[in-house]
Amino acid sequence: MNTPPSNAAPAREQGGRDETPAGGRAPVRRLLRDPQAVLSAGVLLVVVALGLLTPFITEHGPNQASLEAINDEAGTHGYPLGGDKSGRDIFARLLHSVNTSVVSALIGTSIALAVGVTFGLIGGYYDRRLRGVTEWVFSLVMTFPGLLLLIVLLPVTRGDYRVTMMIFGVLLSPGIYRLVRNLVLGVRNEPYVDAARVSGLPDRRILGRHILYTVRGPVVIATAFLAGASIGVQSGLAFLGVGSSTVPSFGAMIADGFTNFYEEPLQLLWPSLALGVITACLVLLGNSLRDVLEGGRPKPSRITAPSRRPTTGPAAEADPPGLLTVQDLAVAYPTPSDGLNEVVSGVTLSLRAGETLGLVGESGSGKTQTAFAILGVLPAEAVVTRGSVRLDGRELLGLGERELSGIRGRAIAYVPQEPMANLDPSATVGSQLVEGLRAATPTPRREARERALALLDRVGIADPRRVFASYPHQLSGGMAQRVLIAGAVASRPSLLIADEPTTALDVTVQAEILDLLRDLREELNMALLLVTHNFGVVADSCDRVAVMRQGRIVETGDVLDLFRAPGHPYTRTLLDAILDEHAPRTDPPGIADERPLKEVR
Amino acid sequence: MILHVLRRLATGLVLAVLVTMITFLLLSTSFDDIAGSVLGSSATPARIEQQKAQLGLDRPVLVQYLDWLSHAVRGDFGLSYFTSEPVRSAITARLGVTLSVVLAALLLTAVVGVTLGVLAATRGGVVDRVAQGASLFGHLVPNLLIAIGLVWLLALRLHWFPATGYTPLGEDPTRWAASITIPVLALTAAGAASLTSQVRGAMIDELRKDYVRTLRTRGIRPRAILLRHALRNAAGPALTVLSLEFVQMFGGALVIEQVFALPGFGSYAFNASLQGDIPIIMGITLFAVLLVVCVNLLVDLANGWLNPKARIR
Repeated sequence: MNTPPSNAAPAREQGGRDETPAGGRAPVRRLLRDPQAVLSAGVLLVVVALGLLTPFITEHGPNQASLEAINDEAGTHGYPLGGDKSGRDIFARLLHSVNTSVVSALIGTSIALAVGVTFGLIGGYYDRRLRGVTEWVFSLVMTFPGLLLLIVLLPVTRGDYRVTMMIFGVLLSPGIYRLVRNLVLGVRNEPYVDAARVSGLPDRRILGRHILYTVRGPVVIATAFLAGASIGVQSGLAFLGVGSSTVPSFGAMIADGFTNFYEEPLQLLWPSLALGVITACLVLLGNSLRDVLEGGRPKPSRITAPSRRPTTGPAAEADPPGLLTVQDLAVAYPTPSDGLNEVVSGVTLSLRAGETLGLVGESGSGKTQTAFAILGVLPAEAVVTRGSVRLDGRELLGLGERELSGIRGRAIAYVPQEPMANLDPSATVGSQLVEGLRAATPTPRREARERALALLDRVGIADPRRVFASYPHQLSGGMAQRVLIAGAVASRPSLLIADEPTTALDVTVQAEILDLLRDLREELNMALLLVTHNFGVVADSCDRVAVMRQGRIVETGDVLDLFRAPGHPYTRTLLDAILDEHAPRTDPPGIADERPLKEVR
Repeated sequence: MILHVLRRLATGLVLAVLVTMITFLLLSTSFDDIAGSVLGSSATPARIEQQKAQLGLDRPVLVQYLDWLSHAVRGDFGLSYFTSEPVRSAITARLGVTLSVVLAALLLTAVVGVTLGVLAATRGGVVDRVAQGASLFGHLVPNLLIAIGLVWLLALRLHWFPATGYTPLGEDPTRWAASITIPVLALTAAGAASLTSQVRGAMIDELRKDYVRTLRTRGIRPRAILLRHALRNAAGPALTVLSLEFVQMFGGALVIEQVFALPGFGSYAFNASLQGDIPIIMGITLFAVLLVVCVNLLVDLANGWLNPKARIR
């Protein structure tokens, strides 16, 4: 994980999959541009065409046996691929098997679609009670081993592969049912469906017109996979010997070839190849369809320090005094057309020890990206194009993830915006605190636990032991934020970066959290970089303020000066905007601490 | 907690009753043929009626089913029409073969699928492409062909493992392991393919979540974040896929047992179905459903352990 960041360039790493979002151009045209789609669809068309033309291009029937043709060489006696061990024309049997496969795929797929789509629409669109029933029935079908059932029901189907494929279609339907149900649940409350309902369209019409329209893409994709599954199962059953021996099928041919393998290995090869090519083409076509209709699949992202462009930036400049110095920092993201889109363009900031700096700007101004860049936790695709971030004189940009994790937690810490999303949902609060403590400074487990409990107490949690053992979903937002603050200050960092720490909280809790931050800052003599869009918060807590707009710092200054005489017109607009509102907090700080805390739910 | 397990078991039993009942009703449409096949091809219609009466197949279907059910509840699954072998002991004897193959394949699937999925999701680049390619291959090639390909390569060309046959575990553990290796590999290929894509997707989703970033800012090492946090959160959906894989593999084992001449559940079911041996068919159906119920319950409990929100308090 400690790869030098210079060679990462994660944007290029995944190769040239088309990033155009779905729905940009006409799907059919995009499909035609995809070589994989064209090739697999082409092969399938040729195979199906050969199957349809079978009577015209074969000389022998599929079951017509001739003693002379037994294990015949390819190309003799009008047997293009030779004869099998019973003297039947392998070529003719292959083509007839294609037809069997096509029929199997048609039956299996159409039954699965008919059953799955119908009940999916009903289950998704109508009320809960009806859905409960369909849900139960389909999960019942889903839990049963399909192939076993097909075999168990042999006495019923009497080996007719068409009947078998009908049952198989029913067995495949739960997948389609769930797919359609989820899609319908997703769109049934969309405004256009509501509008149709209000305008008095009957449910039947709404389902048929509006909802079926949105589910058609995913269903088309699933169809390719259903066809592949049907053909695979039909061949498997035929291989086992289920069904009439007069029906030519890849499975039966493979079984014949398998027993005759030592004498004539090619007899096994032909049907295997044909079956393999057909199913492979169906899967590849399905994948292409998915990429075209639903956009590319998600790409992996490494946990790694941000990549950085080699830079000729201000390297050996004399260090300005202070704890944190950010100079000419720029962060960019790759665009689909291989360009770079700068979101932070040359930010310069500095923070002295113990000082509070407010970083203010409207959403999208690059505040959070700046904070992440300082912490070294930008998303993997982000690129730091230039600049420098120095903490206590040490350059952070260019450090690997391992070196950074030694600094994070100990020297620099972070309080996030959305408390709930920033705790691991499946680990207890206590284990997360202890883990962080021990990562920053090696501590015996017992000691770390005591310290975590003391921290919880310090951040104003009424029942530390109970919260220690709780899971995040059992906490209120305010308590979760206290837990996160406890985790951030656990190892007494010299710099705390708080990214909109109160935005996601109830108004009543916001003031308490700000007070807590301010108290902790004084107690631990931390510097605080407070990212916010709220000038009220700035007026309340900050010594200095930097105003950010479109990736640039437009104005920096002392809070009082800036409020009194904003220099930049943008600052003035922002100030005017908040002055219309009520003062953000009116309560004296003392009261906040005595207010009862939210109980553990 | 115990109440929850009991409730799940109860629904499982209802499921078992329903599935066996439906199977029996479907089978009842072919009782004439079955009586005929017990007698052989020269049977006269009168003999067939007589045989049906003897087997009890002439009674109302529901009465027959309830009769079967009341015996099955007491552990009596009846005797095979053809061999007069007690069905229960015959099934349990063969179940061991199938389960050793399926469970080994399931374990291997979990290991391979999780490893490849995690690597693909976190390394990106070449590793991701190789893992995705392997997963695609498992999807592309039917199970049957993979089995045959493995026999050809590992048994016929390289002579590493026997091509067919089964050695019981109690007899010789090494030869037992050798005899199930190729079947297990063949079953794993398809299962690992879907698990890999599932784990990859779930890990990518998890690693994009906010808590991962916050854990990083605490100075926690990437490896610990990956394995202790992200993987644990991604494991829930992966487990569900794994339980569906189990059901799939149980079906897939039928074909595999035939290819490798393993004396398992599948080949037994297959022969019984060809002959219309109703006590065996019913016994096998019931065993399969109960097995699936048990696996689903285990997955459910594991999910509760992994995901505190789903935990029953």
